[in-house]
Amino acid sequence: MLSETFFIVDFPALLIVILASILCALMGSFLVLRKEAVMVDALSHSVLPGIVMGVYLSGSFSILYVMGGATLSCLIAVLGVYALQRYARIEQGAAIGTVFTTMFALGVVFLETYIGGRVHLDTQHVLYGALELTYWANPFEWDSMPMQIKTLSVMLVITLAFMIVFFKELRVSTFDPLYAELQGQYVTALHLIQILLTALIAVSCFEATGSILVISLFVCPAASARMLCDRMETQMWLSAIIGIFCAITGYFCAGFLPLALGFEHSINAAAMIAVICGIFLVLSMLFSPAYGVITQKKKLFN
Amino acid sequence: MHFFSDHYNIILVIITTIMLGLSCGMVGPFLVLRKEALISDAMTHSTLPGLGVGFLLALSMGLNGGRFLPFLLLCSGITALLGALSVRWIINRTRLSQDVAIASVMSSFYGLGLVILSIIQSLETGNRAGLNSFLLGQVSGLTQQDLFMLTGIATLVLLLGIYNFKALRLLCFDPINAEFLGISKTKTENILLFLMISVICAGLKTVGLILILALLIIPPITARLWTDRSEVMFALSCAIAALACVNGVVVSGFFYDLPTGAIIVLSCAGFLFASLILSPIRRIINAQ
Repeated sequence: MLSETFFIVDFPALLIVILASILCALMGSFLVLRKEAVMVDALSHSVLPGIVMGVYLSGSFSILYVMGGATLSCLIAVLGVYALQRYARIEQGAAIGTVFTTMFALGVVFLETYIGGRVHLDTQHVLYGALELTYWANPFEWDSMPMQIKTLSVMLVITLAFMIVFFKELRVSTFDPLYAELQGQYVTALHLIQILLTALIAVSCFEATGSILVISLFVCPAASARMLCDRMETQMWLSAIIGIFCAITGYFCAGFLPLALGFEHSINAAAMIAVICGIFLVLSMLFSPAYGVITQKKKLFN
Repeated sequence: MHFFSDHYNIILVIITTIMLGLSCGMVGPFLVLRKEALISDAMTHSTLPGLGVGFLLALSMGLNGGRFLPFLLLCSGITALLGALSVRWIINRTRLSQDVAIASVMSSFYGLGLVILSIIQSLETGNRAGLNSFLLGQVSGLTQQDLFMLTGIATLVLLLGIYNFKALRLLCFDPINAEFLGISKTKTENILLFLMISVICAGLKTVGLILILALLIIPPITARLWTDRSEVMFALSCAIAALACVNGVVVSGFFYDLPTGAIIVLSCAGFLFASLILSPIRRIINAQ
């Protein structure tokens, strides 16, 4: 297994999914606690037109343009949801649904008209991710390191720094935004930065997982951790560990399960990871020591 | 008469699309009024594994190379139901909130669907190309039988919706009063669930499973901008959805080679945008 192909193909892909899962799990914990998991759904769909325009303007998947475009479309989406709620007095769920489907449709149209298969980006890519396409020609050499690994590492450093510096403020504004505001903290600004970071994380994971499966990495590990523990710190590192575990298990299941069952091709790795995340969530909902559905039933009978 | 015989297929497609639009526009307001718009997001994404299973079933029976629409729709309906029930179970039984339930169910089911699709792709006989059109919508692959079936489903939804209109409306506005009047809440909720699943399945092929949510949400909120009366809101929402559907099919079918679903959603959004500016009741200019 530890042959040369492992280091060229599997190792960078694994590294990418592990980095992505840590990032998503950390941010996901806050979103799950704030009851804003649907926001990920909305953001990961809404960044598409920005990504496409970034790719179109730069002529390749240049990370600066793509991130810039994504930030812009994320801001437009947030403003759109706010405007619909505020001025048209539409309920939040419907406003989110309206904005993200419209943005996604716009992105698909841009993709088909401007790019049309010329650059390394197509509808398949958006829907399934392109984890299979990554390779590291000379492993452990900086020059040939896949772009996604660099992007994800930088994002991880930024996110960790943000969370460590603002941990107290984030915790207070997550559980009791009113109190935080009374203390004179900039709750809205912090929240906006959080949303922006979420969108940027979604974009940096986009190449690996596509725009829909990233939701699974954001929500499922964090929700599993939520079923298992009550403390904020525990929640954070537990969800990161669960994310890493699901990513590795999913990746190897995708590679080796079909071979074991006798198929020739492998399964889409990103999709398999999403399934494993889902299974883990179901298990922790059923068997969590403190809050599991089955555990509680057993306690009731004893 | 000459026009009709020449363009029989086109006319059939357009009639089907109008019926689909009308049925989506009929069911959508109930979701929006009950504030359950995003639960249907979980349901639409949950249809994907069903599509895969339906394809494999039809393939094993040797039906049309797997692209046998009744099977596809039936199986996707079943998984959509499973998705809706899982969301309900998570909300009622665990400590997790509604938004987590929706996001985790939709992403897990969608992932499962993609896993099944990639297995289908690795089978030598199966060509995934037929299933891809279900993600973003495409009208061109539909046969005449398919069109008749879709029109049938849409008509059924419309009739059932109109027949149960009063009970459903009461469920949205005043569920407690509904119970007093002897209307069973569970029964009405189940009817609504059935209507939702039928509409989603019928629209899968034309609008695509990622974007059909928009066809359920945007027409009702657009209609809501023009009126405070529920009958008018339903009628307007049906009209907007039908117009958007026809526009999407015509534009993507005759002018540009774009996914039908995307054009339909953008047409809906166009109506919404215009209404935000023009509507007499809640327009932006009037808002404080």
